[in-house]
Amino acid sequence: MNGAPVTHAYQALVVGAGGAGLWAALELARKGVKTAVLTKLYPSRSHTGAAQGGICAALGNHEEDHWEWHMFDTVKGGDYLVDQDAAEVLAKEAIETVIELEHMGLPFNRTPDGKIDQRRFGGHTRNYGEAPVRRSCFAADRTGHMILQTLYQQCIKHGVRFFDEYHVVDLLIEGGLTRGAVAYRIADGELHVFRSAAVLLATGGYGRVYRITSNAHALTGDGMALAYRRGVPLEDMEFFQFHPTGIVGLGILLSEAARGEGGYLRNADGERFMERYAPTLMELAPRDVISRSMYLEIRQGRGIDGGDFVHLDLTHLGREVIDRKLPDITEFVRVYQGIEPITEQVPVQPTAHYAMGGVPTDLHARVVVDERNTVLPGLFAAGECACVSVHGANRLGTNSLIDILVFGRRAGLEMARYVEGNELPDVPLTAHHRVEDELELLRTRRRGENPNVIRAELQSAMFDECGVFRTKKGLQHVARLIEHLKLRYCQARVEDGGKVFNTDLLDAWEVGYLLDCAEATVAGALARTESRGGHFREDYPERDDTNWLKHTLTYQAEGRPFLRSKPVTITRFQPKPRTY
Amino acid sequence: MQVDLRILRYDPERDKKPHWERYRVESGPMDRVLDLLHTVKWEQDGSLTFRRSCAHGVCGSDAMLINGRNRLACKIRVDQLGRKVSVAPLPGLPVVKDLVVDMEDFFAKYRSVEPFLINDSPAPPRERLQSQEDRERYDDTTKCILCAACTSSCPSFWAQKSYVGPAAIVNAHRFIFDSRDEGADERLEILADADGVWRCRTIFNCSDACPRGINITKAILEVSSAIVERRV
Repeated sequence: MNGAPVTHAYQALVVGAGGAGLWAALELARKGVKTAVLTKLYPSRSHTGAAQGGICAALGNHEEDHWEWHMFDTVKGGDYLVDQDAAEVLAKEAIETVIELEHMGLPFNRTPDGKIDQRRFGGHTRNYGEAPVRRSCFAADRTGHMILQTLYQQCIKHGVRFFDEYHVVDLLIEGGLTRGAVAYRIADGELHVFRSAAVLLATGGYGRVYRITSNAHALTGDGMALAYRRGVPLEDMEFFQFHPTGIVGLGILLSEAARGEGGYLRNADGERFMERYAPTLMELAPRDVISRSMYLEIRQGRGIDGGDFVHLDLTHLGREVIDRKLPDITEFVRVYQGIEPITEQVPVQPTAHYAMGGVPTDLHARVVVDERNTVLPGLFAAGECACVSVHGANRLGTNSLIDILVFGRRAGLEMARYVEGNELPDVPLTAHHRVEDELELLRTRRRGENPNVIRAELQSAMFDECGVFRTKKGLQHVARLIEHLKLRYCQARVEDGGKVFNTDLLDAWEVGYLLDCAEATVAGALARTESRGGHFREDYPERDDTNWLKHTLTYQAEGRPFLRSKPVTITRFQPKPRTY
Repeated sequence: MQVDLRILRYDPERDKKPHWERYRVESGPMDRVLDLLHTVKWEQDGSLTFRRSCAHGVCGSDAMLINGRNRLACKIRVDQLGRKVSVAPLPGLPVVKDLVVDMEDFFAKYRSVEPFLINDSPAPPRERLQSQEDRERYDDTTKCILCAACTSSCPSFWAQKSYVGPAAIVNAHRFIFDSRDEGADERLEILADADGVWRCRTIFNCSDACPRGINITKAILEVSSAIVERRV
């Protein structure tokens, strides 16, 4: 079955065409580096486009603001697990990044004097926590859509070479050196080997590991799992963010912008219950705090109609604000819930939203593989699939869009430097055999289990046992289940035996990625006997800086996870109790 | 409720031509057509092939012909359609397999209208200023998600496949009417071509099909007017 694959040679390879990948590609194109971008979708369909509320930068267009305040909010928001050198880069470079986006043509909303408009967002404050500040730059409630469009447009302008609907199925790392990647062309099922000196993983998150998620079906942790399988650790995977305001049952996101513009959360008694949990910031407290508070209300019987949801109340904002600043999410409410948000309250529940963890990198997006930050030459990561770590234990709203762009740009610049001094590495003719054999087995096995059943079991167990609240018992249960599911996955079969556009095969292939990401997540969650940010252990409800002010590194060896750790970089802000 | 779902199937490795297949599917109260397709794929026939990603109407992957109209499968609820649902690939585009069409020509046409900001004057240290009115001027056409529902609903496009099509014109409009852009002349030149805006017969299918509610016909007419005004 092993035939000769189509081979390509590019100085640089970008895997994934969301904000991080596109900005990296743009920098590479500007430097004249021969670059290919591989995406399993079309670039305009990447999940960056689903981001709604805004991108933060201390522009100070409405009121005084400083990058130091932004940095502090990011560190505190991340419950002090943030690497502060990275947060400093983020907060400083946010400003020039947003200005450059505007210069590229991004249609930001405007202030009356024509500047970029800004609004409040959860956890973003003035003067180190005093009160909310207007820091989120936005384009209605489709900021991510505009960023994705603008960057794709710029890539077209600069002649970036795209390989659309190419699904990356293996990374080529041999002899301690990155050599390229293997991709499966969806249109005809052919394997393509891409030789390359520098490979950027920019594949986004893995929210599809959970039953209820805001994430696209495509978000299956491809880049993380590929790196993990090739010996790269994953960092801080136990920190997964649940966004408070998902549409009940579906998980579709209703942006935090709804609260940034003044929306309230109410329980069954009509109370603004955040008064009890975050009296200063109220509904603009960070997401981990609000999601936990919602569940506490629900547990105490104050969910709406006794159910597992509360209300998002926008009715006092008025039609003008809702139509002009929140048009898309109000349409979601109308389409997916049949509710009119101008006059009715909207049922919401937490939805799995964002991976704080990922492939560990340094400040130049270079992948690092141990506690001494040893660089793996030629491998880079940026965006949600990376962990630099600017989000620590909990990400603030609007910080993901700025993260993908600041570090996507840094990745592109560093890759351009790297390829200048490094030849295209050799790739053996058999490089694709390993993955080809696995794919062929999956495609042609005649008996076996439906992988969709395996995925559904995984998603339910992860949501129930490794969600907002966690316990040792629940995590042990899901850890054992994952081991079992991995064995069953080895015997799964797909129904579609064809070569042309075989989504049955690729959906099944992605289940393998999800299982690896879940394994690392649960291993970290089980080990971390404290509560911090998005990781809350009911059996260890306090933060424990003495034992746990450190990053988790999860490695895979012989199909099992094992853990190491590395220290947190602390520069300006010593850990303090986190209250809002 | 039980839904009678008909899907136009075609597998180039097995079939000589497309054919309808029927499925009985149980639909929940708020289910979308995408949920029905997933039910069939995951529980009845894994070979059913369609694109989808975000599943809430912002990525543009799952545009298809549903009960005779181009729509996003993730954005149309089954209860809006009734017990009989028919699904076919977008019309006028080559079918790759089942509900998947070849998008290459569609994206080539998008690229042909220079869909990027053109402004060669030196950028100021801060943002370029733009008034709220100027920003509003092109707001509608910034919403496009390149799903191809409009172009593949256009009879002028069906008749003449070289027509650049509504989606490309929408994306040209987004820049032509952006006060920061200096490339309007180039774009209007491209769209004044025989395969440009003049092929529009104001049939309004595109506006009806747009899942983002863009007034596409109006945008096309504004571009046509701009071409005429510049020639005077």
